[in-house]
Amino acid sequence: MTAHSTLAFTLYPYARSADQDRAEPAYHKVVVVGGGPVGLAMALDLGLRGVPVLVLDDNEGVGEGSRAICFSKRCLEICDRLGAAGPMMGKGVVWNVGKVFHDDRLLYEFNLSPEGGHAFPAFINLQQPYFEKYLHDAILAAQAKGSPIEMRGGNRVTQVTPDATGATLQIDTRDGPYSLRTDWLVACDGARSPLRGMLGLNFDGRVFEDNFLIADVRMQASFPTERWFWFEPHFKSGASALLHKQPDDVWRIDFQLGWDIDRKAELDPAKIRARVDAMLGPDVSYDLVWTSIYTFQCRRMDRFRHGRVLFAGDSAHQVSPFGARGANSGLQDVDNLGWKLAAVMAGQAPDALLDSYDSERVHGADENILNSSRATDFITPKSKVSKLFRDAVLGLAATLPFARTIVNSGRLSVPCTYDGSTLNGPDHAAMPPRSRPGSACPDAPTPEGWLLNRLTQGFTLLTIDAHAPDSLTAQGQILPRLALTATPELTARYLGQAKSAIYLIRPDHHVAARWETYDEPAVTQAFARALGKE
Amino acid sequence: MLITAPNLSRPDDSYARLIALHDGLSEDESHALNARLILILMNQIGDDAVLAQAMELAKKPT
Repeated sequence: MTAHSTLAFTLYPYARSADQDRAEPAYHKVVVVGGGPVGLAMALDLGLRGVPVLVLDDNEGVGEGSRAICFSKRCLEICDRLGAAGPMMGKGVVWNVGKVFHDDRLLYEFNLSPEGGHAFPAFINLQQPYFEKYLHDAILAAQAKGSPIEMRGGNRVTQVTPDATGATLQIDTRDGPYSLRTDWLVACDGARSPLRGMLGLNFDGRVFEDNFLIADVRMQASFPTERWFWFEPHFKSGASALLHKQPDDVWRIDFQLGWDIDRKAELDPAKIRARVDAMLGPDVSYDLVWTSIYTFQCRRMDRFRHGRVLFAGDSAHQVSPFGARGANSGLQDVDNLGWKLAAVMAGQAPDALLDSYDSERVHGADENILNSSRATDFITPKSKVSKLFRDAVLGLAATLPFARTIVNSGRLSVPCTYDGSTLNGPDHAAMPPRSRPGSACPDAPTPEGWLLNRLTQGFTLLTIDAHAPDSLTAQGQILPRLALTATPELTARYLGQAKSAIYLIRPDHHVAARWETYDEPAVTQAFARALGKE
Repeated sequence: MLITAPNLSRPDDSYARLIALHDGLSEDESHALNARLILILMNQIGDDAVLAQAMELAKKPT
């Protein structure tokens, strides 16, 4: 995060807080550092659960530049739970289809949403400033309804001192420094995380030796709303190229430039225009909206939890953009952490539940890093022999379908399944693998609306054609039941070969356990396990 | 399970065919052809575990 950069939207201008006039550090339950997509979503998730949360950001709103543009189905489902998906869908450009070219030949196309009966598409494209603004709008709406969320712009954390019961923060403002005391600290301060640096924590991984040029252009064009990716494009504007539509008649164009480049020269608008002209043809007129050269790394912290300090989003893990696994995984971090932190703070779950945030999201990060590294190795082969095989695959893919399965221009983000998580309970062999314990619930239409909208803020017991009590009191909580009858979608996604089903569903809409029939001791035990009590 | 016992129906013919395939090719062309051939044979084998065994075996120095 660069302080004092130009803002796309001013959302939370600096305002002097009473905390700055106290002799002793003011006390807060949760402080989130960073008001980007992950920090905003984190505050919203906690605030909607009634957990008081303070967000500190050194800026006063959303920085300029499209940056992240592809938001996945899972991400939208999470935003929907947080009350922010409506405007995103209203503004965003829906897409499901991708095409992959080599030179001037279409190698293959793919459709990421071959199945109907879901509230959200595989992806929407939306410039990151809009995404953040809509999350902030949802925060304003939540605040109006009494959610205890406070935003402080122009507040830069300069020092953090963690201890067994929380952390003390030193904060700098234009009115001078002050300090705060918090029980919990969530670091959502981005890939260059100052907090991570202050705590001396490592962030290791691979650096990829390649530069990519983003040229977002505004133009009237009739290209379809699809993701187009070229290997060795015939127009020679880069070693690879990407074309992808955004709202406001803006198109993301991305060129692979190689490692040894003159960065400054490449950012010369005339030079960028020459590349874009070669791609689009000489007769297309356009404006350059935003240009940037980026390199990337795939890396993560060893652990995302350090006592009372939790890292989420890019501060904890970083991937290449191929696959749309950055912001989308950050939102999955939030989804995973929000309910756990709220449950631990309310005394409904032991502190150990937060260790499962670390293990589940490290698993998610490793999956993203693996997929991202593999795509990058295909797009940017690291050795002569790697390029030899890559080129052989591209050559064969024109005529042989099997080779197309190896072509990799980015394996696009799908929800992470927490296989092997300590929170998972019993599985049932007759039910579909896609909704096994650890997986995100597949959405489905029901007569009263989308399934995911009908799940409660806490745990839910979903029953399909099964007998069970209307609610169960266990672990000091009421576990409400959602009783459904089978539909073709519910059968395909939840029943499989089973005649009935009982699903214990976590607050983040991941499956904790499933059975064919209701067994109260088994459900109670799985509930305890899902709360980290085993 | 990787087959290491003799499995070629006509070993001499198949080997001669492999060598003849490279006749007249430059080293780069031969490498590219080998890469394509490996990919095609990989698909024929299909099973990732068998491929892993084959790769491990090929890695060992003779």
